[in-house]
Amino acid sequence: MKITPNIVDKHGLKENEYKKIISLLGKEPNLLELGIFSAMWNEHCSYKSSKKYLKTLPTNNNKVIQGPGENAGIVDIEDDDALVFKIESHNHPSFIEPYQGAATGVGGILRDIFTMGARPIATLNSIHFGSHKNYKTKGLLNGVVSGIGGYGNCIGIPNIGGEVKFDSTYNENILVNAMAVGLVKKNKIFFSKAKGINKPVIYVGSKTGRDGIHGASMASAEFDENSDKKKPTVQVGDPYTEKLLLEACMELMKDDSIISIQDMGAAGLTSSSVEMASKGSLGIQINLNKIPCREDNMTPYEMMLSESQERMLLVLNSGKEKDAEKIFDKWGLDFSIIGKTTNTKNLVLNFNNEEVANLPLSALSTDAPIYDRKWKKSSIPKKITQQKNLKKFKIIDSLKIILASPNNSNKSWVWEQYDSTVMGDTVQKPGGDSGVIRIHNKNKGVAITIDSSAHYCLANPLTGAKQVVCESWRNLISVGSNPIAITNCLNFGNPEKEKVMGQFVETIDGITQACNYLDYPVISGNVSFYNETKNKSISPTPAIGGVGLIKNLDLMMTKNFKKKGSYIMVIGKTLGHLHQSEFFKEVLQITDGPPPEVNLFNEKNNGLTVKTLIDKKILNSVHDISSGGILVALTEMCIGGKVGAKLKIPVENISLHEYLFGEDQSRYLIEISEKNKDEVKKILEKNSVYFEIIGKTQKDHLELNKEFNISIEELKKINSNWFKDYFSESEKI
Amino acid sequence: MISSVIVFPGSNCDRDVAVALKKFKIKNQMVWHNETSLPKSDLVVLPGGFSYGDYLRTGSIASKSRIIADVKAHAKKGGLILGICNGFQILIETGLLPGVLLRNKKLRFLSKNVFLKVINFNNKFCSNYKNKSIIKLPIAHNEGNYFANNEILKKLEDDNLIAFKYCDEKGKIDENSNPNGSSKNIAGILNFKKNILGMMPHPERLIDPVLSGEDGSMLFNSLNKIK
Repeated sequence: MKITPNIVDKHGLKENEYKKIISLLGKEPNLLELGIFSAMWNEHCSYKSSKKYLKTLPTNNNKVIQGPGENAGIVDIEDDDALVFKIESHNHPSFIEPYQGAATGVGGILRDIFTMGARPIATLNSIHFGSHKNYKTKGLLNGVVSGIGGYGNCIGIPNIGGEVKFDSTYNENILVNAMAVGLVKKNKIFFSKAKGINKPVIYVGSKTGRDGIHGASMASAEFDENSDKKKPTVQVGDPYTEKLLLEACMELMKDDSIISIQDMGAAGLTSSSVEMASKGSLGIQINLNKIPCREDNMTPYEMMLSESQERMLLVLNSGKEKDAEKIFDKWGLDFSIIGKTTNTKNLVLNFNNEEVANLPLSALSTDAPIYDRKWKKSSIPKKITQQKNLKKFKIIDSLKIILASPNNSNKSWVWEQYDSTVMGDTVQKPGGDSGVIRIHNKNKGVAITIDSSAHYCLANPLTGAKQVVCESWRNLISVGSNPIAITNCLNFGNPEKEKVMGQFVETIDGITQACNYLDYPVISGNVSFYNETKNKSISPTPAIGGVGLIKNLDLMMTKNFKKKGSYIMVIGKTLGHLHQSEFFKEVLQITDGPPPEVNLFNEKNNGLTVKTLIDKKILNSVHDISSGGILVALTEMCIGGKVGAKLKIPVENISLHEYLFGEDQSRYLIEISEKNKDEVKKILEKNSVYFEIIGKTQKDHLELNKEFNISIEELKKINSNWFKDYFSESEKI
Repeated sequence: MISSVIVFPGSNCDRDVAVALKKFKIKNQMVWHNETSLPKSDLVVLPGGFSYGDYLRTGSIASKSRIIADVKAHAKKGGLILGICNGFQILIETGLLPGVLLRNKKLRFLSKNVFLKVINFNNKFCSNYKNKSIIKLPIAHNEGNYFANNEILKKLEDDNLIAFKYCDEKGKIDENSNPNGSSKNIAGILNFKKNILGMMPHPERLIDPVLSGEDGSMLFNSLNKIK
């Protein structure tokens, strides 16, 4: 078949990129070869627009065992244990087909973890939907949540939360970011780099079907009015097979049969075989007649580009094939020797005794295009709206509006659809500052959180990105953990537009500054561009997955108030920054102005001091102050602990509204028993940490002078009805 | 006391229940579903999970597994069988317990802690609940809505074969404390000889104070008392 410009275009390749292919090969590619290039050179697989900037992220410290570049990153958590984790996007498929898109997103990230020899111990998600008033939102929300649950529940990995957000910026481009964490012994880690010539290349798992062909290319383009037609590019997941694949791989990994292993994720057999061979500076030869196919008459093109799920590629030590086959046979999975490693440094494909493709691996990987795209700096946001006349908005009414809004309401409706307690090690379930999972058979635990603040990032990408990293760090401190490292999922619009590219560049800068300062490196991640429909791009949305270690679970902290009569203290200075706050957004419908500034010195100093107090066992509860400000954070502590509070606010230069709803950063709320008050103060003063006592806990009512006095039961009700009302589910069944 | 946990393809609470059995000093072995004979056991546990992916109908394919013939023989001899969640669904499909488990009334998967009232503690599984009749355990299922005709329900009540009912914190059993729509708020039932217990909640998940409760411990402690 003659390759026409039209065919090149349909493969998502630009004219100059096609010219580069011809010059690299010294000939025109055939259709199969063109398909392979399109799978490897698309944005999703090649990171061609982002690579230049991703290289600048801090990716190392003395805890990091593996940084970016493998299936997932790995950190040391002492006693020979290591944690493997990564976050990945499945935005485009989830918009086209929410259930399968979200389900296979979970499946894909889990395979990234167990490919490295780690048993997955937790999953989390960051999911963003359009305005709740958009007619598509309800169906998408329902589909995504049941897809995440349907896959994760079946495999039996606890889902310990994450975030669910709504904003009209996602009306035509929802975000589904899935994160998984696994546990592995430091000396039992597996990598994707192939070693040795003439080693058998093995295909295991599900059969290959025609689903997901060109999935990665689809995820590297904008949507238009015909996006519905892209449904066949979405993969169909089977969590049951994934569970069998997990157990079979774990069984095979007990000895030293495996030289290297790579899951078939985006771009399926193509990217897995190319990555394994090129990382090992080898060649690879595959006989496509050996591929287990689900359908008849599949062509080499379809086999190489299918994104059928639950498949793995292995390179085994010679002579281990029989024993390995027995294991996969026991679990009822396909096992096929499809080729071997070679010294040619080429990818060679045979079908029906003919060579159907022969490509130098370097052309597909190291020689893939890298772009230095034009970008422009975001303009400094101005405060158009002045903060006056706030008095006409009653504090209690404002609080009620915020608590009842979709973004701030309790998310149990979502979390209860995810199994959060399977594996018997879940110490903190969804709803706290971080989820906490105990390391099996030990008294230590891992704290995990996912965060994003897209409206801050839209107003100022640099400050917003710093803030998200800091919020993640703060959430880990709040449960008593030592933050270790992050994984990031960078969701943006079309990078070919200078404005979007600028948002990306500044976001990377913000993440870099905060991660460097906090010694909180980025060890894995994913970039999702082209979240854009009909020229409208989403707000820049970096989602940060943070992981921390709790060395002794007896020192773990929670946010719920524990008893009445304790002092309530705000750690950190309250300046009353209301622009971009929930109060401005939800109550006043004001969306202009800058996000709150981030002072990295205060962030670190306040956080480390709070951690010291937690370790000394002189705090009863800790909660980070984030969206909604002091009053929302305090209400959450009351509801969680079924304990009230009597407030006495030390307002001096700012108004009560600014004090209670301002979203200044680096702050925490802590609960202290009378007997510990002096010691806490002493330590805070010694560390030059700003603090203020704002009242005491009391029985079942929240009250503030003459402003209001309301029962915790009522606040809880206001906070917990939104989802039930949205899906018209009354209290009774 | 020797137990066997049957592992089906797709079981995912097999390890959890094995950990619990070991913690309470019950000598346990894992038995692959494709075995033809059951090793010597006093107790057989059918664990939670998604055996065979829950395809066709929850528990139905597992109920035709090779090991099941021996599990039935074990039941007939009066041997103890505990089915948790998917294990309960399998027990129903094998016919060892009556009724059916439908999809939850709201047609959603439900994962949360619930309160249970121990209705019958005169059996080998629940004897330790004598002094604590309202307990808290997690549920995590999509098909836990117990249904049976009036004749069966009457028989379950007359013969005192209901082990657990969903209730609220204070023990009140009504529509509001029923998470999944089960008839009579049923969360677990026994067979007539009381050697078989099927239950939707997961006792193996709450056996440690660090996990926010240990009401599951008493069930395993009841079992390990048996000589």
